[in-house]
Amino acid sequence: MNLTLGPLLFNWEAAAWRDFYFRIADEAPIDTVVLGEIVCSKRLPFFAEHLPVVLQRLAAAGKEVLLGSLVLVTLEREQRHIAELAATSPVMVEANDVSCLAHLIGRPHAIGPFINVYNESTARFLAARGARRICLPPELPSASISAIAAAVDDVAFEVFAFGRIPLAISARCTHARLHGLSKDNCRFVCEHDADGLVLETLDAEPFLAINGVQTLSHRCANLIDELDDLDTMGIAACRLSPQRCDMVAVSKIFRDAMDHRIDPIEANATLTQVFPIAPFSNGFFHGQPGAAYREPGIRSG
Amino acid sequence: MRLEVICMGSTRMAVAVLPPVVAAILRPAPLAPLALAAKHVLRAVVRHHPGIFERLGTHAHKRFGLQPTDLPFAFVLRPAPPSPTVRVVRHLPERGWDARIIGSIAALAGLADGRFDGDALFFSRDLVVEGDIEAVVALRNAIDDAGLDLIHEATAVFGPFAKPAEAAARSAIGIADKLVRALSISGRAARWN
Amino acid sequence: MELICPAGTPAAFRTAVDAGADAVYCGFNDETNARNFPGLNFSREEMRQALAYAHARGARVLVAINTFPRASAEAAWRRAIDDAVGYGADALILADIGLMAYTAQKYPEQRLHVSVQAAAASPAAIRFYVDAFAVRRVVLPRVLSVPEVAAIARAGLCETEVFIFGGLCVMEEGRCSLSSYCTGQSPNMNGVCSPASHVTYQEQDEFLVSRLGDFTINRFAKAEPAAYPTLCKGRFRAGTNTGYLFEDPVSLDAAALLPALREAGVSALKIEGRQRGRAYIDRVVRAFRRALTALDSGQAIPPGGLKALTEGQATTEGAYQKRWR
Repeated sequence: MNLTLGPLLFNWEAAAWRDFYFRIADEAPIDTVVLGEIVCSKRLPFFAEHLPVVLQRLAAAGKEVLLGSLVLVTLEREQRHIAELAATSPVMVEANDVSCLAHLIGRPHAIGPFINVYNESTARFLAARGARRICLPPELPSASISAIAAAVDDVAFEVFAFGRIPLAISARCTHARLHGLSKDNCRFVCEHDADGLVLETLDAEPFLAINGVQTLSHRCANLIDELDDLDTMGIAACRLSPQRCDMVAVSKIFRDAMDHRIDPIEANATLTQVFPIAPFSNGFFHGQPGAAYREPGIRSG
Repeated sequence: MRLEVICMGSTRMAVAVLPPVVAAILRPAPLAPLALAAKHVLRAVVRHHPGIFERLGTHAHKRFGLQPTDLPFAFVLRPAPPSPTVRVVRHLPERGWDARIIGSIAALAGLADGRFDGDALFFSRDLVVEGDIEAVVALRNAIDDAGLDLIHEATAVFGPFAKPAEAAARSAIGIADKLVRALSISGRAARWN
Repeated sequence: MELICPAGTPAAFRTAVDAGADAVYCGFNDETNARNFPGLNFSREEMRQALAYAHARGARVLVAINTFPRASAEAAWRRAIDDAVGYGADALILADIGLMAYTAQKYPEQRLHVSVQAAAASPAAIRFYVDAFAVRRVVLPRVLSVPEVAAIARAGLCETEVFIFGGLCVMEEGRCSLSSYCTGQSPNMNGVCSPASHVTYQEQDEFLVSRLGDFTINRFAKAEPAAYPTLCKGRFRAGTNTGYLFEDPVSLDAAALLPALREAGVSALKIEGRQRGRAYIDRVVRAFRRALTALDSGQAIPPGGLKALTEGQATTEGAYQKRWR
């Protein structure tokens, strides 16, 4: 199995963004990197100047690079952006919305986790029209993952294996609303929360994380104990979603666990140290509430 | 506690609450006749609306506590086919039911005959539900589809005199409703504007 | 503009037709539709009867088969398609690409509508569905402003249907896993959001506390209007803010926007609420029938008087107004 670094979902300062990817290029045992701002079109200009050099550095390090498209496309400039991306991208595009997919039909492309692929027929339909990679939606249970992967050849299937889980997208910016601002005049308040802004229940229990127009889980997806299962199902890659932590270390832990150099319990202990701010979850994979977590070593026979 | 709720007709109306004096008058009344009437209505409903059970599915075997807030008694309904039961009690016990629905008798009856929308009653807090919410939702949907007419079912017991009895009951309810409104105990609608 | 009305039971269906619906949308009583609630929806026989009732009165029936078929279990969804087509459904409302492919291939004459669950929010997305499956109409997600709706209608790719009243998703439809994060059941997979089986209400010190799965999602003071137990309308805390961080408990009411929506070239107006009772269907359908009659005769839109039926006893024009964002 390969490792993919998903697109950075949060609003990091441009220099930090660049340096993050430089380090991934130089040090991380990652095979594929998806670049690009996919959450908010207002953030797009910040990274534009660094994008070519980051792309080059990653490619020079032997990584396959993809460019991800916006999850929600409504504004005219967003429509223009995805059309242009599809037309001019020097690398394969990962479509995160049917708007972008429409521009890619007939050409090799990737399907991101925000396009609804819940069954074999949909995966087959997309594969026949050029999909080479499909990252399945995070809420899919293992039974669906395995059935889809078994049914469609010539597509590299990928699952969301680490990071806060994207749960929803809205036209409304919750970050701006929280600061009493409108989306159009948001002052980019989301830049203060590198891992998203934690939202608690009234019982003061950390629950969700806000990232502009996107809502994520507070808990961090972690399929390190499910890697063997995924391998058996024929899953081609695990997706690690960038958090503000040592992602090189995260990728090494996953690589070592995949190669059975460390066992899941040890891997987990190290992972907790690397990303201590959120507890883990793997409920979606096990057909449970997504927030649920089954500890490594506990096998249901 | 009261908010305006819309009924099936074109007029706005609030969910009426009986004045406390009604509960006071009824409190010493024996439960046996009421239990008999409730049993009769339930039988009639079952006979005329078998579709309710299909919609209820497995929820038919649940026990629903129905607590009118403005009357000195409550019901425990178990709509399980083929012989559903209803018990009349002075107070709803803390246990012995799977779900509990609490509201004025007008709210509960309006829910049963489709004059009120259940979600609206919940939003306005005219209805409180507890316990097995799935069972409550199933019951609500099954009853809304059935189009129950409780007065009709209740007065059918009078056989050849059912029609005049039904007319009398409806007019009595109409008078009671007006009385309640006149006494301004129907709540916010009366206080608004 | 057509008036498209919801029905969760045969009785609600007849109420909708009698109250002036041009078309009624409804679904089978299983997980193939996005309102898979206990005691709701139509058996095969009830669907047949509903179609007969509507067609005898000049109304159309749109059958919603708008969840995403489960892998290894697509047959159940295909059966729903086969039956709905066999019964003479006027249109099918679909969300899944694979299911659309099946339907378009097997029943090329059948009218297809793109469900709001497909989240087709731009002309390019709509073009995909028109080109691939010859869909005739798209139900637009509740993320668009009126000018954006107008731009899509102007593009003329297919008919457009927009929501005008009822429950309001704060998140884009068909792309929300908040419910399954808490309960394991989602709109996309199971046709339920915040399923009743995972909801509890408890009176605690004069407050009504609602919980979904393991999480507290709201606390209502006495007499405070309540909301559905959905996460996007729950009360939460972030930093020093406590309250409705995503959205207040409100319902959509776009009655005042009817002239603008007609101007925009919208084909059909949709009322949400297949889970609601006959009283709601009757009131809301009649109110919007009156509003459309007034619109057609150049009169002002009469007040609907529907606030008491709404979540939180309050309404919003949602994303139709750009400042909502």
